[in-house]
Amino acid sequence: MTENKGKVISVNGNLVSVAFDGNVSMNEICYVKVDGAALKSEVIRIRGSVAQIQVYEMTDGIQCGDEVEFTGEMLSAELGPGLLGQIYDGLQNPLPILAEQAGWFLERGIYADGLDAEKKWEFTPTAAVGAVLRAGEPIGTVPEGPFTHKIFVPFYLLGNYTLKSIVPKGEYTVRETVAVITDERGREIPLSMSFKWPVKRAVKCYRERLAPVENMETKVRLIDSFFPVAKGGTYCIPGPFGAGKTVLQHTTSKYADVDIVIIAACGERAGEVVETLTEFPELKDPRTGRSLMERTIIICNTSSMPVASREASVYTSVTLAEYYRQMGLHVLLLADSTSRWAQALREMSGRLEEIPGEEAFPAYLESYIAAFYERAGYVRLPDGSTGSVTIGGTVSPAGGNFEEPVTQATLKVVGAFHGLSRERSDARKYPAIDPLISWSKYRCVIDGRKSAYCKNIIHQGNEIGSMMKVIGEEGTSLDDYIIYLKAEMLDAVYLQQNSFDPVDANCGTLRQRYVTDKLISVLSSRYTLHDKEDARGFFNRMRQKFIDWNYEEFESDGFRKGEEEIDALYRERDGREDPVQNSWKDGEEA
Amino acid sequence: MNKVYNRIESITGNVITVKADGVRYKELAQISTRFGKSLAQVNKIEGDLVSLQVFAGGQGVSTGDEVRFLGREMRVSFSEDLLGRIFDGSGAPRDNGPVLTENMQPIGGPSVNPTRRILANRIMRTNIPMIDMFNTLVVSQKLPIFSISGEPYNQLLARIAMQAEADVIVLGGMGLKYDDFLYFKDALSKGGALSKTVMFIHTASDPTVECMMIPDMVLAVAEQFALQDKDVLVLLTDMTNFADAMKEIAITQEQVPSNRGYPGDLYSQLASRYEKAVDFADSGSVTVLAVTTMPGDDVTHPVPDNTGYITEGQYYLKGGRIEPFGSLSRLKQNVNKKTREDHRALMDAMIRLYASYKETLEKKNMGFSMSRWDEKLLKYGELFEKKLMSLSVNLPLEGALDLGWEILAECFRKDETGIKSDLTDAFWPEK
Repeated sequence: MTENKGKVISVNGNLVSVAFDGNVSMNEICYVKVDGAALKSEVIRIRGSVAQIQVYEMTDGIQCGDEVEFTGEMLSAELGPGLLGQIYDGLQNPLPILAEQAGWFLERGIYADGLDAEKKWEFTPTAAVGAVLRAGEPIGTVPEGPFTHKIFVPFYLLGNYTLKSIVPKGEYTVRETVAVITDERGREIPLSMSFKWPVKRAVKCYRERLAPVENMETKVRLIDSFFPVAKGGTYCIPGPFGAGKTVLQHTTSKYADVDIVIIAACGERAGEVVETLTEFPELKDPRTGRSLMERTIIICNTSSMPVASREASVYTSVTLAEYYRQMGLHVLLLADSTSRWAQALREMSGRLEEIPGEEAFPAYLESYIAAFYERAGYVRLPDGSTGSVTIGGTVSPAGGNFEEPVTQATLKVVGAFHGLSRERSDARKYPAIDPLISWSKYRCVIDGRKSAYCKNIIHQGNEIGSMMKVIGEEGTSLDDYIIYLKAEMLDAVYLQQNSFDPVDANCGTLRQRYVTDKLISVLSSRYTLHDKEDARGFFNRMRQKFIDWNYEEFESDGFRKGEEEIDALYRERDGREDPVQNSWKDGEEA
Repeated sequence: MNKVYNRIESITGNVITVKADGVRYKELAQISTRFGKSLAQVNKIEGDLVSLQVFAGGQGVSTGDEVRFLGREMRVSFSEDLLGRIFDGSGAPRDNGPVLTENMQPIGGPSVNPTRRILANRIMRTNIPMIDMFNTLVVSQKLPIFSISGEPYNQLLARIAMQAEADVIVLGGMGLKYDDFLYFKDALSKGGALSKTVMFIHTASDPTVECMMIPDMVLAVAEQFALQDKDVLVLLTDMTNFADAMKEIAITQEQVPSNRGYPGDLYSQLASRYEKAVDFADSGSVTVLAVTTMPGDDVTHPVPDNTGYITEGQYYLKGGRIEPFGSLSRLKQNVNKKTREDHRALMDAMIRLYASYKETLEKKNMGFSMSRWDEKLLKYGELFEKKLMSLSVNLPLEGALDLGWEILAECFRKDETGIKSDLTDAFWPEK
């Protein structure tokens, strides 16, 4: 805390102007004193001796002349053991502790430490006295839930340091000194198990960034098989309201094949956070068998919480993600929704009376979005191991129209696009990802040629479907009609998934490969079908068999029985492989 | 000591500015004009220049009028005495009852800590099948009713007010036509619900600034009742008028507009109201149903669009009935797994088939010949609309489910419905 103080000279919404003496830095944190409370704020513009600050709280009651205290520090997250399982607001205040202090409501001016200062952790030193260390290299470990939490030389220390002393194995709090290092000039720096890092700066303590090639399974068939996501990659889910963005992220957060999931509920509904809070402690992590909450961090700044801290919340989230990545873990950050974050930028920009860009969004919107997604990545760490941060952001375009600034700026920088469509969600198709418009630059979990073959059927079916709307069913040839039925069946049994059913919702890679093989053999075959009525009846029955099959545990007796029934039906209509339609096998793997 | 000023620097629309010291952001003031007294609220401070929005509007305000700062923020009285009463946007009685001044509560308070909320998991029955069966209303949910002008949305609200299982109803009217106000009063008193209702009414002829106060007043009262273990149902009509009032003030104050003239913080403003819907752990709840009229039946208009992103679903009122497409209660899955095991599957299948019916109907209207499957769909669609969709159907949920199976059985074979086989085996009505 510096001695630097200022006085309020104007108030406009959550933008307050402060006259100050001395030096103030950009993005410095300061506190406005009002009614005995100190309201956390951030400097966002400095002009002469006037700083404009955005207040992270409601500004009611502030008057000219109120005192402002500058801290000299930027908005930071506290990093150390004890982050997992926490529920934070956008400024890393643990919400359960705020509830203990303030009750039902989020009273302003009440803050709490991000990490429990009392709790003792079992520290095991791993670095030897005399070792030369750099920022981001571990000095010891602490067990945290199912993980080995590494204690690092703080990321902000530049240059080489020598370990002078380190405590023996034992229990320590996050604030106690566990080691002392000296810099090149011999100055001693005590280290504890936690340190602060300014959230708006990316952590870059890695050896190199690698291309994202390893799949991140989401267990959603439509994504993994057709529009996959890679570890260290980025993807976005734009869609109109009600199309199921949040449900999709929710299922992903449960089943995704990663070590840690960070959920940034940014400017969305409080109810959705409550759902996660209620459900996750009860659910088991399919990988470790422990509570799902132990691998999850929730950063929630819901829509009715102050706008400025909504802006901070995405940065806080990605900082925590980067921190765990440094331990060689794979982290998935789900931001819902990045549009709300962009709107927070817009609100502040409006109050600052900046010249507005498209739809009044600030001109720097694109570079901010790009910088955020660029914090994802698959990296090789100083010790040679690898870790990743994958970012999946939802976008809530105004009017469901993707031609708006936030969606367009996001599409430029992400590796996969899962566009949700109103038509599919209205028809209760889940997930409502539109296969006709979505794309991904990553590799599918199934053979790329098979994926392309299925997508092709969907496209053909769609073309025939739109033609049928014009020329009618009777004007369509039986062959075309069968392709149309096949596309419909593929959609119903493979693209759609029941997110409420524990078996169907969690469809792993092996199962996806197995089922697509069966599905393709059905889709690429010819049958003895007399007319359209007959064909519709047959594919309806086939669809039913596949749907029932989806609910059977993989490789269980029921699963084998389901497959036999499919085979029986296949033979009943004289199914035979069609050499023409099998031409996909000759193609190049995508 | 209240500060009094006799010099108004500028008057633009409903916003005046005064040179004053020691004034707090959001503080109330009283302005005395030749037409009487009105409240005003500070909405910007720049040095010693203070901007206030005048509740009664800027008309007739003179530069020499007296402005007296009250040293407090906007508040509303809360007690059981509110029940059965009607107020305006400044909290003054609209009926002939006494002014209430006891137990004044601040309005527009902070949001509820998410960790103190509980998962919405109780159904709020309305006995309207399109709600209970297809888009169940859940206690603590916030839902808009999207509608175009001319639809019977106020009638629907009144009917829900009378039939819904709520302890207290708080009704907020914004820009309400006077006859609609009378209709609500009449319908609720005839339906016997008036004694559990509090109304805050701003009619179309009242000043704009008061319109902006209505949701905060309503929700502050609802929140207080909820903290006394009551299940409160908040009915708001119409939120588009509220948004337009905000737009008016924002433009007057020369804010940069974002979309069709609405201020950039429209989403946050609407969200801070809707998010007052809550189910408190160990206490009562607030459920919000709010009419949002869509100018030109355009759901992409900024008000319905932003609303849709905030609320937990929406009801579309179209042609006098709740449209099954587009209408969505996002919380229904929290309750419909406990109602009856067939609820969810039946609901999905019936909507899917109804969607196919709509496609077939389109084809038929274009003159294509109908296949046997098409004929089945046509029959189904008609039955569905007649027996379940009409708003006049008054059926408890279980009755509606049984009726659903009957309609399916009348039109289709089991395997044509796309429902899991074990459910069709259990529920298919035998003839």
